[in-house]
Amino acid sequence: MSASATLVAAVGRRRERSWSLSSLLLALPLAAVLVCFVVAPLISVVAVSVFRYDNFAVIPGFTLENYASVLSSRLTLSLYLTMIRLAAITWAVTLVLGFCVAYFLVFHVRSKLIAIGLFLACTVPFWTSNIIRMISWLPLLGRQGIINQALLTTGVIHQPLGFLLYSDFSVIVSYVHLFTIFMIVPIFNAMSRIDPALFEASRDAGASRWQTMRLVVLPLSKSGIVLGSVFVITLVMGDFYVVKVMSGGSLASVVSAMVDDISTLLFPHAAASAVILLVVLTLLVAGIMRLVDIRRELVAER
Amino acid sequence: MAIVSARGGRPWTFYVLAAIFVGYVAFLYGPMLCIYVLSFQGPQGGLTFPMRGAGLHWFNQLLSQGDTGDLIGAISRSLPLAVLVMAITVIVSFAAGMAFRARFPGSNWLFYLVVASLVAPGYVLGIGIGLMFQLLGWNTDWYTSALGAQLSWTLPFGLLIMFAVFGRYDRAYEEAARDLGAFPVQTLRLVVVPMLLPGVIAVALFGFTLSYDEFARTLQTVGSSNTVPIEIWSMTQNVTTPSIYALGTLTTALSFVVIGVSLGTIALIQRRRVGMKSL
Repeated sequence: MSASATLVAAVGRRRERSWSLSSLLLALPLAAVLVCFVVAPLISVVAVSVFRYDNFAVIPGFTLENYASVLSSRLTLSLYLTMIRLAAITWAVTLVLGFCVAYFLVFHVRSKLIAIGLFLACTVPFWTSNIIRMISWLPLLGRQGIINQALLTTGVIHQPLGFLLYSDFSVIVSYVHLFTIFMIVPIFNAMSRIDPALFEASRDAGASRWQTMRLVVLPLSKSGIVLGSVFVITLVMGDFYVVKVMSGGSLASVVSAMVDDISTLLFPHAAASAVILLVVLTLLVAGIMRLVDIRRELVAER
Repeated sequence: MAIVSARGGRPWTFYVLAAIFVGYVAFLYGPMLCIYVLSFQGPQGGLTFPMRGAGLHWFNQLLSQGDTGDLIGAISRSLPLAVLVMAITVIVSFAAGMAFRARFPGSNWLFYLVVASLVAPGYVLGIGIGLMFQLLGWNTDWYTSALGAQLSWTLPFGLLIMFAVFGRYDRAYEEAARDLGAFPVQTLRLVVVPMLLPGVIAVALFGFTLSYDEFARTLQTVGSSNTVPIEIWSMTQNVTTPSIYALGTLTTALSFVVIGVSLGTIALIQRRRVGMKSL
């Protein structure tokens, strides 16, 4: 190796090291906030989950009774079964809807400006209050709601439909209303990166439009689908207020049971239940994330 | 980029997907429009159609403390908190976005931590922060524990947007500035920030609105005085008059102002850029 090449390599190495040092400093504030307000709180939850409690007082100590009580309760199992059912239905609906909307915006809208405008129209409600968007279904779905009134006056039904509000149905409608955007955005992103020339190539190779969809578009949208699924499933599994309000109290979620524990000051019991939920979600997310390298999909490194 | 059928016209799937899209947008906005309309009823108004009278009765009711605990107080906490969260989110996620352009020791760990705080159930994080403050003997308050809780939600979003922004940005501009003799601070102020300004405004929009509407993480961390979403939540539990719709209309109107200003600014910057290029 010539002397100049060695010099270039040395300078390159040095620059790389200084890059990585300045990167470290720049990332420090984020790391500090997340350690203080995510890591430390989760450690606190784990700590309190092994504390004893007695007559509303929390006593530091070590016991596995809280876990035994959560895990042996039939209620826990039924809460998880309810949430898995709701999450599965919501996931399926948001996936189909999100995929169709993203596909329409990316591949069917001809003007890029209009596509961005329509995309923003989908996004704007996300920047407003979730609780308000949830209760906005009340005047539509109730026994005297618009939908029942419309169906009664047109003579389609003779009795108001009771299942529209305070049921699985109204809970899922609210979830779809609130969370579909979490499917649309990642899928939209993944699809935007597909080279349009691939459509031509696929057609020239004799593929039907359906085959192009299945063999070209779907695999290339996989990262967006995976990311959106992680969002929707974890949001539903962590929900407590939609299930509480929109089921009219007839359903409970894993987290809404925790809210009830906290309101009666059963902190260690709620903490144990929280730890179990976190373990379940971690396994679930880790399983889904194995399908794609999310970091490579998101971060542009040079 | 648009798909055309063999004869050059729109394929049938276009019409199906367009119908789905229009249906989705109606589904998205329809219910919200209903409650805005219903909030402008007269004193006899109920929770559903038909409209009974018209007027600002329920807004008066709301502001004269008839139905809520302390709405003005809640707004006077929610707004400064949202501005604070917005400022911190912009600065911290911009810095972290620059950091993630290179591998640094611990970058994988930090990335997974970001993902974890994004997908962890908000209420569980809220309990965690509440318990941590309890164990340390500190009082929870909106400008300490709730601020941290909201940052654990807004920072990951800010960082994801910065990833997208830096993904389309060419680092050669920075190197050119350095070769021309600019100091790092000058490079940042004169090259990087102006080029990335639209993305930075988007991060600010997310920071403000996500904080202003944050509920699950704030519930256990806000301390004794409420923010607006928690005021709304307590109204859903015990108020059965249109004043809850009035609050919805009011808080959504404020969100729309913020969204309009942010998107308008971004559009203005982009238009100026297009104008400059054509010169």
